[in-house]
Amino acid sequence: MAMSIDTVAEQAQDIAARLGIPKYDVYGAVVDETSAQVDHGEPKQVKASSRSGVTVRVWNDDGTVGITSTSDVDPLGLEMALKTAYDASLFGAKENIPGFSPEATAPIDHTPHDKAPQAPVAELIERLAAAESTLMKAHPAIAAVPYNGMAQRHIDRFYLNSEGARRQEGHSVASIYLYSKTEQEGKKPRSAGAFRVSRGLSELDIDGCVAETAEKTISHLGYQKVKSGKYPVVFSPDAFLSLVGAFSNLFNAQNVLDKQSLSTAESIGQAIASPLLSLCDDALHPENVGGESFDGEGTPTRRLTLIDQGVLANFMHSAGTAQRLGAQPTGHANIGAKVSVGRHFLHAFSGAPAEREYSLDNADGVIFIDDLQALHAGVQSLQGSFSLPFDGWLIENGKRISIESATVAGDILKVLQSILYVEKELELVGGGIAPRVWVDALSITGE
Amino acid sequence: MNLATLPDSLLITQQLPQLHYTVTRDRFDESWRSPLSTLLGLGRAAGADFVEIFLERVNYINCLAEDDAITSISPSLSTGAGVRVFKGTGDCYVSTNDLSFNGLKTALEKGLSILGLTLPSPQSYIPEINLELLRDYAAVRGKDQWFDQCSPIREMGEVLLDANARVQSKASHLQSRRAVYFRDWQEVLVAASDGTFARDIRLTQSVGYSLLCADGEHRTSIGKRSGSTGQPDFLRTWNFESDAEEVAESAGKMLYADYVESGTYPIVMANQFGGVIFHEACGHLLETTQIERKTTPFMDKKGEKIAHENLTAWDEGLSPDAFGTLDMDDEGMPTQRTLLIENGVLKNFLSDRAGSIRTGHPRTGSGRRQNYTYAAASRMRNTYIAPGDYAVDDLFASIDKGIYCKNMGGGSVGATGQFNFAVSEAYLIENGAVTKPLKGATLIGEAVEIMNKISMCSQDLGLAAGFCGSVSGSIYVTVGQPHLKVDSITVGGR
Repeated sequence: MAMSIDTVAEQAQDIAARLGIPKYDVYGAVVDETSAQVDHGEPKQVKASSRSGVTVRVWNDDGTVGITSTSDVDPLGLEMALKTAYDASLFGAKENIPGFSPEATAPIDHTPHDKAPQAPVAELIERLAAAESTLMKAHPAIAAVPYNGMAQRHIDRFYLNSEGARRQEGHSVASIYLYSKTEQEGKKPRSAGAFRVSRGLSELDIDGCVAETAEKTISHLGYQKVKSGKYPVVFSPDAFLSLVGAFSNLFNAQNVLDKQSLSTAESIGQAIASPLLSLCDDALHPENVGGESFDGEGTPTRRLTLIDQGVLANFMHSAGTAQRLGAQPTGHANIGAKVSVGRHFLHAFSGAPAEREYSLDNADGVIFIDDLQALHAGVQSLQGSFSLPFDGWLIENGKRISIESATVAGDILKVLQSILYVEKELELVGGGIAPRVWVDALSITGE
Repeated sequence: MNLATLPDSLLITQQLPQLHYTVTRDRFDESWRSPLSTLLGLGRAAGADFVEIFLERVNYINCLAEDDAITSISPSLSTGAGVRVFKGTGDCYVSTNDLSFNGLKTALEKGLSILGLTLPSPQSYIPEINLELLRDYAAVRGKDQWFDQCSPIREMGEVLLDANARVQSKASHLQSRRAVYFRDWQEVLVAASDGTFARDIRLTQSVGYSLLCADGEHRTSIGKRSGSTGQPDFLRTWNFESDAEEVAESAGKMLYADYVESGTYPIVMANQFGGVIFHEACGHLLETTQIERKTTPFMDKKGEKIAHENLTAWDEGLSPDAFGTLDMDDEGMPTQRTLLIENGVLKNFLSDRAGSIRTGHPRTGSGRRQNYTYAAASRMRNTYIAPGDYAVDDLFASIDKGIYCKNMGGGSVGATGQFNFAVSEAYLIENGAVTKPLKGATLIGEAVEIMNKISMCSQDLGLAAGFCGSVSGSIYVTVGQPHLKVDSITVGGR
């Protein structure tokens, strides 16, 4: 159902006045999406959706807050949401009650990109089928591309509150993923995949996705078991950001306040990583195709340094955590009965100059981890430890030998402190942009 | 040749703009028959082989207690529809929030156009779809009253605060304690061009603890969760005292646990959530979605031995109040009890409608989805290994050095049949006895190999609530098993 911010604002104002709700805010989004999967050239499943939803927060006369989310955004649905939120507010938290962000009306210095036009679904299918075909011709062992998909999405979002804040923006995203599987007589099946994202289908690097998937898959054909032991490990950009992202409670002010973090309020200024590493969160990074210029409380997003040459520099904040910890909001809030804090787009890069540079071209006895799996299960984020299966290679004299099946285990703070080298070349991956990162002596379990 | 004149009551396409259907807004009932029948007929007239409309209404609430305060109460209301159109073995799925006749018609038209189909000309007759008499599982089982019988917000808060106070008195070195509850009330209506017309109400609730304990450098985080379907008084009957004791005891043991030494070990897996091993290592690979993708090593093994002869396994939607129990699946088919493996021999796959069309395996009432934004797919319900003949002690007695996996974290299975899952509470087994606690273990293996290594099953079958994420989103499931022995498995650690 099409949803206009002006209409929602007027309706919310009218309904709130009728219900006697003086203070409220509304966050909402509309998503239009089409996607396709193929199987040996034929469309397997095609999906289209048009969804909208809003989250309303209300403050009652006692100042406590209630919230309700709804996908029913006509006047009746909005009224039900406001009523339900008001009912919930009677049981809202009595302490640390969130208010409006002081920056909800601050000017935003950001020019959004135009949304790319959506291509016909037939074009998605055609392009994806062509990619599948090219991939399957890349090597006789590649028997199928069982997981594949191409999608395009338009997202419009807004924030408004009863004190006059009103923000809205839209963006578009196109993406492709390919995950191929091999079959060879007498050998175990092997698989590998790649992902690309852009603002529109015309910019999508489909050829690059095909080439990367093929190259990785072929590299896994000649697999071996690896002996268990301690190895120097090179994390791919994707693996490194996945791991850091799984322990993002390190940088999360709400987690710190809830004692659900490996950091404390006093951790700012402490060295938590090798000086070789710097890390930012940057929603508006030019490579972030889904960049958002304001958060769920209407606070403008910004580039925030998290680790500066190994030193913990800042926490990510909502308006409420910033107030409690004497900091500025940073644009990382997600609206909720309890406002949560989350990252946007991580940017890892080389910090202090390295005394020694390393290269995979002449490495020996090094494990190169391409993809970490099952992070939802193998990460103990509050203990700081992980034990994770991975796809990767043993590097011997510069040559890659695929590892059949193995896990890597360690502690995130030791990993960050044990960084040997942060390469210079950045690569755009799902959670941000990063180079390969070399780490000393991690436990690998193979045979 | 003389043709009989068609009766006046048959709709023709050009009459559609004049139709003004009145449906009940806050309930899916008989009033939806006419508009849905018309839309299904329209889809068939356009050339679709099969059309299905899935309507959903959700009233969800989540309540969080942290230490001694309720810090979050989050209601969420949702309505939506999914229109699925099949042409041959291909299909298209369109979802929308707009449940008006025109909103659903727009979704249908979009689905048809994606498959290269167009609405018939203005003078075309719309075939009548004779929907069955509404199969109303909600009415039959008195589910319409369930919502009002659940705990109100005030009671949610009171129970969680009592529970949190209880665990504080039981656990030591507590850094934070959380009690979390959610109630997911869902009403669904399925209408399809084969005449399916069925309604159900599902009530899923879950409550549990999450503790973080710390003593200097030693830290442990541990949780315990219970879940139920169809029990409105679930929260007020939650035995949090026993859960508090259990989780506090586990936290106390795991706080000072050593990291597991990596290697290959025989293991004993506890009952209840230990069943995640079968869920990941075999269950997913028996879904027809995996056959469609050719990502299961078992796709052509029906009737063949794929597991140890001591292993029998079921998937069903019938166990009273279990987390994966349903009266009907999300395609309107009554759920059933499906024998997966009997004494090591593969008997059946789990199949939804699309899986049946594409693989030929009969539907098993296993078409499930997280919500209206997903097309249904073949998914597990309550999945468990059947009890065997051994006593639990027999399993430990057979091991000189191994690992006892008492509590499991989540896991996953990949496109090549490699599976993994984390162990959140483990102990060393030495000379048949359980000794010191261990942490940081991850089990990995190949499905085809591990199924033949489950050699001993005890008699103490137990089920546990879980969440399963896959192609049709996150759904509620049960995993289960008796205590069982795996002869050898790779244990990732330090």
